[in-house]
Amino acid sequence: MKFADLFKETIWSLAGNKVRSGLTMLGIIIGIASVIALVAIGQGAQNSISKNIEAIGSNLILVNPGAQRVGGVSQGGGSAQSLTVEDANAIKSEIENIQAVAPAIQKRSQVTAKGNNTNTQILGTTADYLTVRNVTIDSGSFFSDQQMKTSAKVAVIGTTVRDDLFGTDANPIGQTIRINKMDFQVIGMTLTKGGSGFGNQDDIIYIPLNTAQHYISGNANLSNISIAAIDQNSMTDVQQQITDLLLARHKISDSASADFTIMNQNDIIATATSITGTFTILLSSIAGISLLVGGIGIMNMMLTTVTERTREIGLRKAIGIRKIYINLQFLSEAVVLTFLGGAIGIFLGWLASLAVTHFISALTTSISLSSIFLAFGVGAGVGIIFGFYPARRAANLSPIEALRYE
Amino acid sequence: MIECKNLTKIYSNGEMKTYALRDVSFHIEKGEFVSIIGPSGSGKSTLMHILGALDTPTSGEYSLDGHEVSALEDDELSDLRRNKIGFIFQSFNLLPRTTVLRNVMLPLLYSDLPGTEREKRARECLKYAGMEEKLFKNLSNQLSGGQMQRVAIARALINNPSIILADEPTGNLDTKTSHLVMDALQELNQKGHTIILITHEMDVADYANRIIHIRDGMVEKDVVNNPHDKII
Repeated sequence: MKFADLFKETIWSLAGNKVRSGLTMLGIIIGIASVIALVAIGQGAQNSISKNIEAIGSNLILVNPGAQRVGGVSQGGGSAQSLTVEDANAIKSEIENIQAVAPAIQKRSQVTAKGNNTNTQILGTTADYLTVRNVTIDSGSFFSDQQMKTSAKVAVIGTTVRDDLFGTDANPIGQTIRINKMDFQVIGMTLTKGGSGFGNQDDIIYIPLNTAQHYISGNANLSNISIAAIDQNSMTDVQQQITDLLLARHKISDSASADFTIMNQNDIIATATSITGTFTILLSSIAGISLLVGGIGIMNMMLTTVTERTREIGLRKAIGIRKIYINLQFLSEAVVLTFLGGAIGIFLGWLASLAVTHFISALTTSISLSSIFLAFGVGAGVGIIFGFYPARRAANLSPIEALRYE
Repeated sequence: MIECKNLTKIYSNGEMKTYALRDVSFHIEKGEFVSIIGPSGSGKSTLMHILGALDTPTSGEYSLDGHEVSALEDDELSDLRRNKIGFIFQSFNLLPRTTVLRNVMLPLLYSDLPGTEREKRARECLKYAGMEEKLFKNLSNQLSGGQMQRVAIARALINNPSIILADEPTGNLDTKTSHLVMDALQELNQKGHTIILITHEMDVADYANRIIHIRDGMVEKDVVNNPHDKII
């Protein structure tokens, strides 16, 4: 009976001022909806970035040249010309638990075909690259050993390059493209991998490693070596073995002055995850602030209500309603507002996340149950904390003073 | 029934001490109709607050129905007010935009009484206070002043209190309605209810069987009154 009375009184008094209750609730609705939507977007971004990185290749270990020092001044990572094909061969023959090793030379270059041109990545490598980086041939074929040995001018292109040079749906196989004023014959095309911007792995032209050394870079130095370990568990061990091997080969005793750097895919994922994690925290703090503002809105409304209803509170106290019930009534008004607002906010946040997934194809949002609980918990907390002071103020009014209040 | 002994109320404002009541003593029996009359500033409001258990005296004793009120805690005072005292205010103090029935049932909130029983009691009290049944579902702000005060009387009766405390019940009413409300109070007294009326108007006070005159915080005189002498 007591609880039912409390509930009825609460609904009655909230319904007595629908516009004000609605507007107050709006603050909480926006707060909770934005927490849920923004966390979902953040999580979605995190997932899609991890997925993009995993698409680069599984169990990938990447060796890059270190920074070149000219008179003690660092020229930046990757500037040293310290990696050779022999290093790659040594890794392949001496280290256990590896699946494939792909040395690579990378260079951006202008490419033309049939009057169209594009600026794209030229990658000289071996057939192992397909294994290491999860690249699949869609049509045509990759280079043969024969073509590798003879530095043949053949190319395998990505779908973005095809779109840029020949147009969508065109068949590029057998066509000729010009790289660095030399004609290359297109012999294959890779399957679309997805990703965009810097991560676009379809905006690339593969040519044999020897060809790249002869005609593109003009020397034997490698841009990087990609290695695929046989499984996730052996990654750390393989990475350590490669480090030891390369240090020995380059005659460097102190690992701190190594002329190369080794990264594995887990490091890359961890870095990206921590970046998107920070991003998510940033987004949710902004949403959290709006939740706080919503809470202050509730306190504002409750304080106004207490002032407006001073005489009524005085009457209730005079006719013998205990202090605790006055307190509970005002507190429950705040709590009902936040709970209703919270429920609507969760629903709208969920709708917003779905809308983002629907309209922004690059991003699939993921709504986590924990963000719903968090938003709801914080919302309820905000309601109770900000409802507490006005409720206490109402309960502590002196009935004599309150009845006299004009 | 009501026993006041040396009631003193002092309001201190820093060094300044104001005596609102000074050694007020009197006794009220069950079934009496007593008017407490005095000009403004006489201390009658302070006395009303103490009699209504809304305030406690600085010193002195006040017992109601054998309960020593001056020693009670906040919640005990609330319970006492709810169970033993029915309040009627000058400005009616009904909940606005609320039905007559709901207003009368207000003191029963948070009690263990079921809803149907509450409404039954409210209907009885309203009829007892002379309200027409067709007005029971009306909103309080749609009523005339006289009707509002009848609703307030019904609300005061709902917990079957030991005393009814009326604070200037006719202050906001015209002369004709005032007499109707006073007649209603007199009728309640004849049915056995103890009534204490606080007023500054002699012709209102005249409805009672006993008039206590308060001046400067003290009982000036305490006289038996014959209400039939009233001039209408």
